[in-house]
Amino acid sequence: MSTTVAPEKVAVPQKGWAGRSVPRKEDKRLVQGDGVFVDDVKRHGMGYLHFVRSPYAHAHIASIDVSKAEEIGGVYGTLTGEEVAALTDPFFQISSAPGANIKDYALAVGKVRYVGEPVVAVVAETRELARDASELVEVAYEPLPAVTDARRAQDEDAPVLHEDAGGNLMWTGVYEWGDVDGAFAEADKVVSISELHFHRFNSTPLETDGAVVEYNRGVGQWTIHCNNQFPGFAAIMMGPAIGCGLDKLRFVTQDIGGGFGNKITSHPQLVVCCLLARKLNRPINWTEWRTDFHLSMSHGNERYFRDTEVAVAEDGTLLGFRTKALDDAGAWLRYEPLGGVIWAQVVPGMYRWRHVKLEFTQVATNKAPVSPNRGYSRMQHLWFTERVIDIVAHELGLDPVEVRKRNYVRADEMPYTTPNGCVYDSGDYAQMLDVALGLVAYDSLEERRRDAERRGKLLGVGIGSTLDSGTNNFGQSRLINPELQFSGNNEVATVKLDIFGEIVVTLGTTPQGQGHETTAAQVVADILGCSIDDVHVRAGHDDYWNSHAGFSGTYASQFAVTGLTAVKGATELLAAEIRKLGSVILGSPEEALELAEGTVRIADNPEAALPFMACGAIINANNAGLPEDLDVTLNCRYVYRPPFEMPDVERKYGNLTLTYAAQVHVAVIEVDPETGAYEVVDYAAVDDCGKRINPQIVEGQVMGATAQAIGAAMHEIFEYDEEGNLLTPNFYDYHVPHALDMPPLRTGAIESPSPFTELGTKGMGEGGGAGIHAICAAVQDALRGHGDAVVWDSHNPYHRVWELLQHPEKSRGRVSVS
Amino acid sequence: METASSQPVSVTVNGTSYERDVEARKLLIHFIRDDLDLTGSHIGCDTGNCGACSVIVNGTLVKSCMMLAVQADGAAIETVEGLADNGELNALQRAFSEQHALQCGYCTPGMLMSATALLRENPSPSEAEIKKGLQGNICRCTGYWNIFEAVKAVAK
Repeated sequence: MSTTVAPEKVAVPQKGWAGRSVPRKEDKRLVQGDGVFVDDVKRHGMGYLHFVRSPYAHAHIASIDVSKAEEIGGVYGTLTGEEVAALTDPFFQISSAPGANIKDYALAVGKVRYVGEPVVAVVAETRELARDASELVEVAYEPLPAVTDARRAQDEDAPVLHEDAGGNLMWTGVYEWGDVDGAFAEADKVVSISELHFHRFNSTPLETDGAVVEYNRGVGQWTIHCNNQFPGFAAIMMGPAIGCGLDKLRFVTQDIGGGFGNKITSHPQLVVCCLLARKLNRPINWTEWRTDFHLSMSHGNERYFRDTEVAVAEDGTLLGFRTKALDDAGAWLRYEPLGGVIWAQVVPGMYRWRHVKLEFTQVATNKAPVSPNRGYSRMQHLWFTERVIDIVAHELGLDPVEVRKRNYVRADEMPYTTPNGCVYDSGDYAQMLDVALGLVAYDSLEERRRDAERRGKLLGVGIGSTLDSGTNNFGQSRLINPELQFSGNNEVATVKLDIFGEIVVTLGTTPQGQGHETTAAQVVADILGCSIDDVHVRAGHDDYWNSHAGFSGTYASQFAVTGLTAVKGATELLAAEIRKLGSVILGSPEEALELAEGTVRIADNPEAALPFMACGAIINANNAGLPEDLDVTLNCRYVYRPPFEMPDVERKYGNLTLTYAAQVHVAVIEVDPETGAYEVVDYAAVDDCGKRINPQIVEGQVMGATAQAIGAAMHEIFEYDEEGNLLTPNFYDYHVPHALDMPPLRTGAIESPSPFTELGTKGMGEGGGAGIHAICAAVQDALRGHGDAVVWDSHNPYHRVWELLQHPEKSRGRVSVS
Repeated sequence: METASSQPVSVTVNGTSYERDVEARKLLIHFIRDDLDLTGSHIGCDTGNCGACSVIVNGTLVKSCMMLAVQADGAAIETVEGLADNGELNALQRAFSEQHALQCGYCTPGMLMSATALLRENPSPSEAEIKKGLQGNICRCTGYWNIFEAVKAVAK
């Protein structure tokens, strides 16, 4: 493995901390096992919660009897759906009708709608006893037919999950921009693709969901130690349901064992914990088992693209496309139907398509609810646009590299406004492609193809070019439901100088491995003129720090923008206060002062210096005689608010995200034509996320996203049988990449600073799923001339590749050119 | 329901002796985490696939979710908490940090124990041997590449 950087675009800093790959501050505790993950939190008298889960995909609940479980010594109590319905209101729904009409509670009420749905909660003295006692809960079910295929969900005879919604349609909307009919009239060729399918998987963080919840009876407040990665969202879901103000829900996190979006929607389980902590008057530990996670939590959106048509000019210029996206929400709308608009952050992908029509429909099925998963909703759409590019190139005999370069948004067009009003801030996609192709020695690939053939293998190369849009404008939620009162975004940080000169930083975010303590310290140290070792960034999130706002959390590729700009803002306030104090004490005008070496000092006379320790001591503990009008607390809070306008709901038009990091991946694979088994033999990942505060952390995110994409493309799937049983409920059946699965990887980076962010940074943690597209394209390329199969699914395990080889006509039947 | 029987279990963990009454059914990982309060070793699955709970028992690398606590009676156990010397990181721990071989840190304790066992057995592993040695440990954050680099950095 080697790392290559295109040097002309990257400035290595001569001084300062930002831009340097310093080792992470978090590491020292984590490599010693001294991290505090949620299940490490212990409380006296704590009870362990276990959920009784539905064995049916769809059934009426005729009766529930918890008496046998409650009779066991050491069982503290239970909670049923009936109690939940009496004690809480249904969760607020994001959707407009018909999805708005469903009634979602923290436990199943009256009916179960997927295998693994929580029905009863049992709390006992030990984990084992809670699990055993759950077996004694008697639930009588009356099974109903299930629907597990989104394409069948709207059939007249389809079983209906939510009678309140009048059917399985949850949300639908038509998006159309430009002159689509005109583009097709002008086209020399129209490529039609009957159906493409993006499969259901998620990032399966190694730590499952969990919480330790305490109830303070005297003040009516819950403390929720948890690993939820978006407490702001959980709070606005839970408060109205429980009927309490948000100050009664104190969220605390420290170390979180991976999130990837999958830990956003644990609010139903957290409500159960809250109700039981109050009912049983004891702390509640809920730690999900791996199988529970697979059965019930946060599957990624499964999506079909049907009746796609692409308008293309003779020279390969892409004019427009139209398609119908059918999204499978699973049984509940826990964050959905936001996926119905999030994709619109990247409508044309990296390309200059100006005329687009997409009819989006989301339906309910008897499967686990979906919710954000790394690359949320954009990944599905970008996979679609990349697949379209390669299928068009394949069918029209064009070079996939040339088609991309002809149609990519160009560097000199930045900032570039997309057909729906999003603004791509900066980037040079063609250069990224050149760097990526160079990393896999693209020029010599034909030679390698022949070499592979001599060994009986089919070599294929595929490109995935994607965007990682970051820093949401939550106003886009109004495109889903105009009644919603959300817009913009925000994040908070506080920075203070304490009595002994300690620089203490608190964040509103909930990091899960992204190194926020380190990068925040790098930003602070540069402004205050001190070492990162002098900056103490508190680990995790705590509502008691008052360093959070409505959108606080760690999700949707935004920390390098929202989090670090909040840190920058707070630190600049603090720096100004230190100067003000220094001016008084040193008797020198503020303009003559500088912050350096942990002091405020007179620039021309550095010996006249006031150490930070003295500043902290004076303000906090030795302040008699200071001027009355000296407005200095040395404890500064800053709320960063990105510059957003309200999107136009009628036209579905506006800037939906602030920054656009870009990824170009190239995969080289070798397929065994006898079996369909294939191996990734070479891989390049090039990323551009603007200014990198810590390049090593950025590269780590790129690597992780790459590995997840390779796993998703080749192995990982939440697959259901027709009766709604999950066939991959654990790591035996759900194969994530292991050490031996990893191909050689070369990474590269260019830096196109964002003109829209104060630090030039862009959010980049999700990574766009470029690897999924790269592998799909590589499979199709390998099969070129060997039946010319069309890769139509995002998931291509060996048996599917074998099918493509054996029966290419089946996949070819999906595509036509006119 | 029958109450499970308990029996005394004595172990040394990282050189410290412990004796506890333990339910016969209790997994070693739950004993280490819940009874001994050594929470560095983690749990990532129910099926023995992920390796987050890897510890060394009498010199052998073990997934401690695949062993009962009572089976460890009399054993000398090593966990991640025993790697550093009075807060001074050992070479492998330092290499993990320097090579950015961890992100969320949840798999890291198990990964470190597997790498420790590998390097004791084979102080100069090839890349292929490193991959094989870590095959039983799942990491979802890093893609493993930097973990291989970290192990290489301390291999002789």
